Formats: sequence, structure tokens, C-alpha cells
Amino acid sequence: MTDIATFGNNHSADGGKRAEYDALFAIEPDAMAHLHSRLAGIASEHGLVDIAYRTIDTPVGQLLLAATETGLVRVAFERENFEAVLESLADKISPRVLQAPRRLDAVAAEIDEYFTGKRRAFDVPLDYAMSSGFRQIVQRYLPHIGYGHTQSYKEVAELVGNPKAVRAVGTACATNPLPVVVPCHRVLRTDGSLGGYIGGLEAKTTLLTLEKAA
Amino acid sequence: MKQPFDQAVKRHGQTVLRVCRAVLGRGPDADDAWSETFLAALKAWPDLPEDTNVEAWLVRVAHRKAIDVTRARARRAIPSDDLPERASPLGNPGGDEYGVWTAVAALPQRQRLAIAYHYLGGLPHAETAEIIGGSTDAVRRAASDGIKRLRQIYPADDYPKGVPR
Repeated sequence: MTDIATFGNNHSADGGKRAEYDALFAIEPDAMAHLHSRLAGIASEHGLVDIAYRTIDTPVGQLLLAATETGLVRVAFERENFEAVLESLADKISPRVLQAPRRLDAVAAEIDEYFTGKRRAFDVPLDYAMSSGFRQIVQRYLPHIGYGHTQSYKEVAELVGNPKAVRAVGTACATNPLPVVVPCHRVLRTDGSLGGYIGGLEAKTTLLTLEKAA
Repeated sequence: MKQPFDQAVKRHGQTVLRVCRAVLGRGPDADDAWSETFLAALKAWPDLPEDTNVEAWLVRVAHRKAIDVTRARARRAIPSDDLPERASPLGNPGGDEYGVWTAVAALPQRQRLAIAYHYLGGLPHAETAEIIGGSTDAVRRAASDGIKRLRQIYPADDYPKGVPR
């Protein structure tokens, strides 16, 4: 067993040889994409996809959208590192994560309409599983700030019934798992300056400008 | 396993497909075995120990699924005087232009399996012997005989190194 195991290990360690075999036993370019999407369909039918995800292109860069059976659970900006975002979803909710675009078709369409100025509010189901406690209370309040309007961190703190929690409101906005759809970009500093944004200040400005122009 | 399952599909999907094709030939049977492998893997994924060698585990699952597909194919056989029309495997762009899969399919079964699990799936010969039976030395010999035969059909100069795809 021992000498044989070594032989096997030598083989696995020999990446160059492996690459040579991979090149010899070629697979046509679109085969993997086809198999992957077929798998996503079958796995969804079996109720095995706990988290479905896809990416879309928008004026604020590529966005990753992820949904549980309950609803949209995560919207992420490219700067957040998609791989890290998926790992944290796997860790906190379920590792049954699969690229399965169809569950996100409705969300993708609404976001598209939002960026073309045709949509002012989102009505897809949301899953707030990635946040809890006061943060979730704040995040559930945010969609009540109307399209094209802004409020200060202080005003939001007062409106959610905890006027002293201005910094906590700031944290709740900064850790919003559903940016764009849950409009944390509509919360500014009391003096009207931007404050922070998970997608970067440029993205926040783009969203506010879009809503003002519409 | 805490890692997103999608990573396993992206990282090992090609290896598993090569194994399925070497065992079942290129076509719908290999595709089905691939799907069945990852479907079973997705079911088991949350309970899989963190230190599992995912690739080797997937290759073993693929082996079982390939057997299932072979058995199902035997059961589903429909006798007929006329063979159904099939897509030609010849001359299709992006297809098996070097005919490697066809050549692999033509090898004796033990040589084919030994190549599939060792060279394509990365399993040590000892593990291949465990799953296909026989001694480790016999499996090693079968794998090397099979590769030797393939090399006779495809001398190194006959096709470009590192096929551009």
C-alpha cells in the first residue's frame, strides 16, 4: 500500500502532467456551461438549491444577486468580492449554493427597470436572514424613504424609535445586505454630505443622481 | 462542507466530465452521469467532512453513477429493425476532432477505467483498484497499456501541444 500511495501522490503533485492530459482529453468550450445550467434546473426541481445566484451588469458595475426560497437575500457590489460574499452566504445560511439564474429573473428585470428610470419601488420578496436585531429593523424601514427623497442618519434613528442610535443606524446602512433594492443610499449625513456606502461613494452618487433626474 | 457547492462544480466539473466520458463514451450517457454525480454530491454536501479530498470523492461518486447509467441503459434497450438517426460525430466544429474519446471508447474496459480514474480523475492506482477490483499492479499495468495504445494512435507530433481551447 505504501509505495503505491506514494506513486499516486506523485501523480497528483505533478500538475504539469495533469495539465497535459487535460489538454489531450479536450472538452468543447460550451459543454460546461450547458451542463451547469441543466444541473441548476434539475437541482431546483428537487428543492436542493438553498441559495441561487447570478450576476448582472448595471451602471454601478456588476452586481451579484442571491436568493433563498424565501426571497432575495443578498445584493453585492463587485468591490465586495463575489467569492467572499458567496462564502459568507454558505457559512451563514447553507452551503447548497448554485449559480441558478432563473430564480433571479424577476429581480434582475426590476433592477434593470430601476436603472432605466422606469421603476421607483421594488416589489420582489426579500429575505432579511443576513441581518438581525436593530440592523434589521433599520433595513426594514429604509424602503419607506420615498424614491428621490433622502433622510439623515439622525432622522432615521428617530423614526425607528431610537433617537440616540445615530451611529447604529450608520452601521445598519453600511452592512445592508440588500443595497440598491433596500435603499440605504437615500440616507445622508445631517449636513447633506454623503456619508459612507457599501458600493463606494461613486455608486451612491450615481443612484442619487438617477433618482433626482427621474 | 462549508464551502459554496458552486465552487466544487466550477473547479471539478471538467475532471468529472472527462471521467464520465472515458467510462461511458462521449454523449448523453456521460452527460447524464455528470448531472447525477453533482446532484448526489449536492445532496450530501452539507454533511461532507471539511477535510475531504473533494475531487477524489467526486470521481468515486461519478464511478457509481456511471455504473447506474450503464445498468439503466441495458434495461431501457429497445429492440428495433431500424436504427434511429443520430448526429454525426464527424467533422463537427468544436467536437472531438482528434477522435480521442472514440479511441478511448475502443480500449478494453479495464484499461479504460484505469485511465479514467487515474489519469483523468487523479486517483492513485491503489484507489482505482479498490473501486474496479483487481490488484494495484494489474490496474497500473492496465492504465499504462491503455496510455501506450493511445500514444500509438496519437504520436506526440501529430497534434499541437496544449490544444488551443
